[in-house]
Amino acid sequence: MSYDVIIGLEVHVQLQTQTKIFCGCSTMFNPDHPNVQTCPVCLGLPGALPVLNGHGFRLAVKTALGLNCQIAPYTKWDRKQYFYPDLPKGYQISQFDLPFSHDGHVDVEIAADAKSGKAASSRRVRILRAHMEEDAGKNMHDESGSGRDSKVDLNRAGTPLVEIVTQPDLRSSDEARRFLEELKLLLTYLEVSDCNMQEGSLRCDANVNLHVHQPDGSKVATPIVEVKNLNSFRFTEQAIEHEIARQWKWFQETGIKLGDKGGYKSTRGYNPDRGETYILREKEEAADYRYFPDPDLVPVLMSESQVAEIRSEMPEAPAPRRTRFESEYQLTGYDAAVIIDQGREFADYFEGVVKTCKDGKQAANWLTQDVLRETKQREQSITEFAVRPEVLGALLDRINQKQITIKSARDVFGELLTESDQDSAVPAIGRIDEIIAAKGLAIVEDTGAIDSAIAAVLGRNAKAIADFKGGNEKAIGALIGQVMKAVKGADPQTVKEKIITAMSQS
Amino acid sequence: MLSPIASLPLSTLIEKLRSAELRSVDLTTAFMDSIADHDAKLGAFVHLDRDVALQQAAEVDAKRDAGESQGPLAGIPVAVKDVLCMKSQPATCASRMLKGFVPPYDATVIAKLKQAGVVVIGRTNMDEFAMGSSGENSAFGPTRNPWDTERIPGGSSSGSAVAVAARMAPLSLGSDTGGSIRQPAGLCGIVGMKPTYGRVSRYGLIAYASSLDQIGPFATDVTGAALLLEAIAGHDPRDSTSVNKPVPAYSQSVDQPLAGLKIGVPVEHFAEGLAPDVEKAVRAALEVYKSLGAELKEVHLPHSKYAVATYYLIATSEASSNLARYDGVHYGHRAEKFDSLGEMYEASRGEGFGDEVKRRIMLGVFALSAGYADKYYTKALQVRRLIRSDFDAAFGEVNVIAGPVTPTAAFKLGEKTSDPLSMYLSDIYTISANLAGLPGMSIPCGFTAEGLPIGLQLQAAPFEEERLFRAARMYERETDWHTRLPPLAH
Ligand SMILES: [Zn+2]
Repeated sequence: MSYDVIIGLEVHVQLQTQTKIFCGCSTMFNPDHPNVQTCPVCLGLPGALPVLNGHGFRLAVKTALGLNCQIAPYTKWDRKQYFYPDLPKGYQISQFDLPFSHDGHVDVEIAADAKSGKAASSRRVRILRAHMEEDAGKNMHDESGSGRDSKVDLNRAGTPLVEIVTQPDLRSSDEARRFLEELKLLLTYLEVSDCNMQEGSLRCDANVNLHVHQPDGSKVATPIVEVKNLNSFRFTEQAIEHEIARQWKWFQETGIKLGDKGGYKSTRGYNPDRGETYILREKEEAADYRYFPDPDLVPVLMSESQVAEIRSEMPEAPAPRRTRFESEYQLTGYDAAVIIDQGREFADYFEGVVKTCKDGKQAANWLTQDVLRETKQREQSITEFAVRPEVLGALLDRINQKQITIKSARDVFGELLTESDQDSAVPAIGRIDEIIAAKGLAIVEDTGAIDSAIAAVLGRNAKAIADFKGGNEKAIGALIGQVMKAVKGADPQTVKEKIITAMSQS
Repeated sequence: MLSPIASLPLSTLIEKLRSAELRSVDLTTAFMDSIADHDAKLGAFVHLDRDVALQQAAEVDAKRDAGESQGPLAGIPVAVKDVLCMKSQPATCASRMLKGFVPPYDATVIAKLKQAGVVVIGRTNMDEFAMGSSGENSAFGPTRNPWDTERIPGGSSSGSAVAVAARMAPLSLGSDTGGSIRQPAGLCGIVGMKPTYGRVSRYGLIAYASSLDQIGPFATDVTGAALLLEAIAGHDPRDSTSVNKPVPAYSQSVDQPLAGLKIGVPVEHFAEGLAPDVEKAVRAALEVYKSLGAELKEVHLPHSKYAVATYYLIATSEASSNLARYDGVHYGHRAEKFDSLGEMYEASRGEGFGDEVKRRIMLGVFALSAGYADKYYTKALQVRRLIRSDFDAAFGEVNVIAGPVTPTAAFKLGEKTSDPLSMYLSDIYTISANLAGLPGMSIPCGFTAEGLPIGLQLQAAPFEEERLFRAARMYERETDWHTRLPPLAH
């Protein structure tokens, strides 16, 4: 028997607004100073009323447009009611039957896997809906075991979230991780969320089950498990892996299918230390949240022109940008992906370099190797990197103009970085030529100088000439080296050709 | 015996303050004394802060001495219902649940009153969380009707109505969700108005049913109500449901009679259950309008028979949600004994809420429950729209709708406490205005044989408060019901 893995994700993304969704309090991550970013509204004090943060709603719309979702012309707010200490009003303001957006998709590129021999592929993950809601606060329980009071921090209460719900379109833990990576890339590109998982800006629930192939060709579903609150991509991947193995074992042992007695949908948590999921709620207790429209808020109407206006403010999303990089700059799919996946600023940097040097391939080589290496070494983001795109572009342009060699360009690049490391200044374009001049790196076009250097070198290397003529082609290397030493900046290819010509004439 | 100052009409008080014949400190002291004399019998106030009130009064006096121009209400004492949040003053909604709760902020209406130089003289008793029609559902004990202290003053704004009726304050604020201003105003013989939904900010009004609640004024006469509404009305960016429309100067136009006034008389409001003496007084009031040149026209509000049922589904549904925050975690009453979080919630809410509040929460939870929401809550929303269209149709033909405020005059304390349904029916004529979002007011229009006040209800299309005030004033200047003082005050 074999099986298909069926995965759907629910992702909570924190929008990067300055203030909360329904009040003016700061959304800053501030766990060390609990309850300082609060007011009557987010404390749920009697009489306080919510007012929608219009900027937050626009960010939510951008998010949905990035997910290729439809934007609802009419959306409203509903109260999801349950009691919990981190929920000061006794309800969460969310969206129930009329979410502000629905029916989108994200295309996930799956790289080829050399180990399994799987070819590269693409998976379209359909988005069922994306809705907006407020975050709850945070309960802090006494973990000393001495039974002290639990505490509640409401700094986070009222932070704007978008909940993104996918269709069960993912087929492996790897695809799930890739989807999350692509989602994070998209949201950070759009500058709608920082997706900082340590600070809880991106949280994920995974719905997992198996469709087991039967001998008659039919498929049987195992009970669906929702693994809650996965706060890293790695844990998501691991939790899904564990679930697949656990469900497969369980199915083989019991044969219990979804919907059978004992085959209810259940909710589990993930313990990363043990690498295992554990049961949270055994049976699907149909929690009755008694949703109803929040009478304190008015519905939001979105006209097509308002949506168009928001769309016009949006930067290019990563997926179309990858395609454009391949066609416009003749990059390989691999290079385009490496550059785009570094984030929007890195891709912007790339385009800045190309603008000056007019050579996409050259720029891609440098970015994916030299620039990535140097930024990583310095633990810098691309925006902090001292060599600005127009400077690097100018340097690469000198290679293309055959003014310096690639090797010399690397020297200049290294020198620019060394200098800025010392005085933390941002090098100007002019410095490139100064270094070239000081180090004598300019390619020497003066064939006279090269010819006389060759004559001198050949004159004192009779043995090498003989060796070369005798068939030892390596012997020419030493000759080229000597000429190059004498004439800094000479193009090695030119030198080699000239030496061969000179020797054949002697 | 009431102090001579406290029994003066508001217009006289304003004039005396303006001419510096009277100082706000003395005026405030006079009303404080009136409270001291009468409130032990009436139970209208739940919190008084004499020092704060006198300090506010002294500030107004000082500004006046300095020649600063001030609004008409500067220095006038106003009582506020215990449902409105005011910084550093307790706000309990007459509930054990909020005993000791002191909000850290001012409701928008309180901020506006302060701006106007009004002296907040005290906080008034009410039915717990504004749920009730008699003033008996209060953790502080019942409020009594100054016309007969064996009788209820109406509710839920019981204390605010009684404070003005017994001249313990010249003006007061209440809130009206299903008649909680108009009904006690009617039963206490004073003027009360529920503005259009969205006319007054609800920010800082402790919610009972958010889509129905509206803050409004009580006064001894129409001009007083107009002045107070003028001071508190207007758009508030803190309340998404407040409407951004300019506020007319109601007090400037109130004395202009309406020419060609067409008054709708809803047949459904003169049906079975209406006490004969109430009907007589209301019909007599209609005759007064006729004599003033108004045209009376029968109108139909066919869905009004569903109003009470619709109201008790929508209001309780919203209440069940609005009152979820009182869980003993962050503020308010927390039980002493519990072994788990669930028990803490149950015990705190069980001890903190009174019976009527619990009854309405349970009704609301039921109406919103899975499997029942479509049958009850959603259906009620549909009927609510039909009730609104009844009014839209009626206002296509008439400018104002007039009728009784309540089916009977004030009933006895305890008379209906064991029969919630008959209690609910005392709001039968007022509830529709909340469901439709319309402005409505109650003005005195007579007395029963037993000497109990009777109210005339006037309703108009949304945002036509100005028309209502002018229509009300037309009648008021022809009659003297509003000048009569309850026996306590003699
Ligand atoms: Zn806040």
